[in-house]
Amino acid sequence: MSDPTPSVSPATSDVPEWRRYLRFLGNAVSQSVEGGWKFYVWMTLLTAIFLVGANAWAIQVRDGMAVTGMSDHVSWALYIANFTFLVGLAAGGVMMVIPAYLYNDKEMHDIVLIGELLAIASVIMAIMFVVCDLGRPDRFWHMMPIVGKFNFPISMLTWDVIVLNGYLLINVHICGYLLYKRYRGQPPVAKMYVPFVFLSIIWAISIHTVTAFLYCGLGGRPFWNTALLAPRFLTSAFVSGPAFIIVAIQIIRRLTHHRFGDGAIRTLVGIIRITILVNLLMVASEVFVEFYTGGSHTGAAKYLYFGLHGHHELVPWIWTAVAFNIIAAIMFMRGRLNELPVWLNTACFLAFAGIWIEKGMGMIIPAFIPSALHEIVEYRPSLTEWKVTAGIWALGFMIYTLLLKITINVYSRNMRDAQGQRTIESKDALAFGEHI
Amino acid sequence: MNDPSTSPKTPCSGNCACSGNSAPPPADEPTGISRRTVVKALGATLGVAAYAKALAPLTELTKETSMDEFIQKHYKELSKEEMAAVIQRLTQEAKDHYGADVTISDPQPVDGVKFGYALNLSICNGCRKCAEACHLENNHDRPSHQSYIRVFEMSKGSMDFEKGNAHYDHPVPQPDKYYMPVQCQQCEHPPCVDVCPVEATWKEKDGVVVVDYNWCIGCRYCEAACPYHARRFNWTKPQIPAEEINPNQSYLSNRIRPQGVMEKCTFCLHRTREGRLPACLEACPTGARVFGNLNDPNSEIRWVLENKRVFVLKEELGLKPQFFYFFDE
Repeated sequence: MSDPTPSVSPATSDVPEWRRYLRFLGNAVSQSVEGGWKFYVWMTLLTAIFLVGANAWAIQVRDGMAVTGMSDHVSWALYIANFTFLVGLAAGGVMMVIPAYLYNDKEMHDIVLIGELLAIASVIMAIMFVVCDLGRPDRFWHMMPIVGKFNFPISMLTWDVIVLNGYLLINVHICGYLLYKRYRGQPPVAKMYVPFVFLSIIWAISIHTVTAFLYCGLGGRPFWNTALLAPRFLTSAFVSGPAFIIVAIQIIRRLTHHRFGDGAIRTLVGIIRITILVNLLMVASEVFVEFYTGGSHTGAAKYLYFGLHGHHELVPWIWTAVAFNIIAAIMFMRGRLNELPVWLNTACFLAFAGIWIEKGMGMIIPAFIPSALHEIVEYRPSLTEWKVTAGIWALGFMIYTLLLKITINVYSRNMRDAQGQRTIESKDALAFGEHI
Repeated sequence: MNDPSTSPKTPCSGNCACSGNSAPPPADEPTGISRRTVVKALGATLGVAAYAKALAPLTELTKETSMDEFIQKHYKELSKEEMAAVIQRLTQEAKDHYGADVTISDPQPVDGVKFGYALNLSICNGCRKCAEACHLENNHDRPSHQSYIRVFEMSKGSMDFEKGNAHYDHPVPQPDKYYMPVQCQQCEHPPCVDVCPVEATWKEKDGVVVVDYNWCIGCRYCEAACPYHARRFNWTKPQIPAEEINPNQSYLSNRIRPQGVMEKCTFCLHRTREGRLPACLEACPTGARVFGNLNDPNSEIRWVLENKRVFVLKEELGLKPQFFYFFDE
């Protein structure tokens, strides 16, 4: 399997394209499950965590959502928090595409696929979090256009279904096409993917805008009802996405023989330096309006930052996020950050975790506390919710690992069809990112 | 015949785990199955078993939900015959799951009728008889003491709910307090209906916002959108003893709801569409509640709207509630 040349007869040109493509997919699947012991340990660990989550979800579906910490007062919580964050992570993946295509950054082309694969994995996770939040997942088909009833264009949730699935398809197409061409040893045809690349830029912005509109369109929830929500979402996404990619690149560099240009990391650090500060500025603006204006609308913000009438559940969360974000911002200010891998990874981790809390627990839950009628009912995630959450993240890491593995196999020439092999022999290796 | 290279065709020599009587391995199989393949096959088998075990609770659920339920159409698309079949199934389910004999009807909005509700804050004494009646009438879950009505004890001189309390347990009325029951306000522009991704909730001709409990997917977006905290979710399968079940039910109102779906106040449409009054009004000992047809100029509710100092909750949101509060002079 790992040596494709002998199995292909000289008359390869007679084979129809679709069969070649199926063979490529088969090859990709069989090679993606081959690896060293570290790979197997990693995948087994993720599978185990995923199964714990799947079991918790199955019990939740059977016994009802009473097994979560949610209530009629706090009706969206950890799942929707993760969903929101992951939509951001998916949108943040596009931060590699913009410099590569709009600013023609050659070194950035190297890692475009790494970002788009992250988008694929994150969108799948985001969709799974929404499905896990449904009281009746067995009725999912009611949401499908034509067979079900799709409340378009009135419900923002239907917009979200469209943009998330659309984004998934666009990214699957771009990645699949580029990898297949590489596998065949052919240069990709620009019109087959470049329009989609530009579409994905607009689409990335739309997924997070629409997700923000889900919340800020609700007049009855003053904590969300702010026009700043969509820009804030995008800015924080442009911190978390690149932060994740920087760490992913460093791990790939360590585990494989790939040498990514330092330039890509330098660009990403440059992006985070700006966005992390803009994000802090936006948080400060919102906090100012909430607290300087006062009145009962401030209830949620008071509850979040300082606690309200003796209820403090979210206070440690949000101050952790604030601290992480500020420390990360300071660390990112350091001049030669990319020469200090440990420092850089720490800064990325702090920014990532800080945004996860701020956009998740710090954004979703306070909108419900105090409730619409100002009752205070607190929320704490139940063990079931933590298990399901861990399970979905584990599956996301599995998907990302396998996708990266296929990509690296194709690029490192382990996986080529016969024609692809010949092209390499005659033309020598193409640079890693020449055509992406 | 005696080609030495076709060794796989020879029977098992007995040097391995398989017995000589068993079928020989397939002819085109290479002799040596590598240890790696065996380990992988073992891993895959264990993996499949683990997946099956992890998801086993789902099979217990399928016993509760029938195929007919799964493929049931939206309320508005059910023909008369289909609706009859659905009602028969629901009646049977009430018998099977709760041991209750119930009658489920599907009363339609009456032409020219638009329901409105008004509540006199000057005489409401906070006894919560309305909430209690709602609980019984609408077959709410017993352990959670669910009700569509929440009664707030408010400080005189303030309309701020933050200074109110819905969980008082002292004698009422208290001298320095007034009482404010809140239930679905049946908005003219209901945000809960707008946000529903599957049109499982809508506003009927007579102004009542309803839910098709068999179409709702349980996303709870409507609950997040409601500024009056009027929607309730079935976090688990409702528990009601058979003898306490109200057998007079309708499809869109008080029939026993399935687990995992949204529900709400329907102005007791199974009563009011047949000319009776809502259960909460009948239960009110002080006569604080007024219900009627807003289109009828001679109705009591119209008299209240024209002669009393009336207000609606959170008017600034522009949702135009059909539920009004008023004070006596």
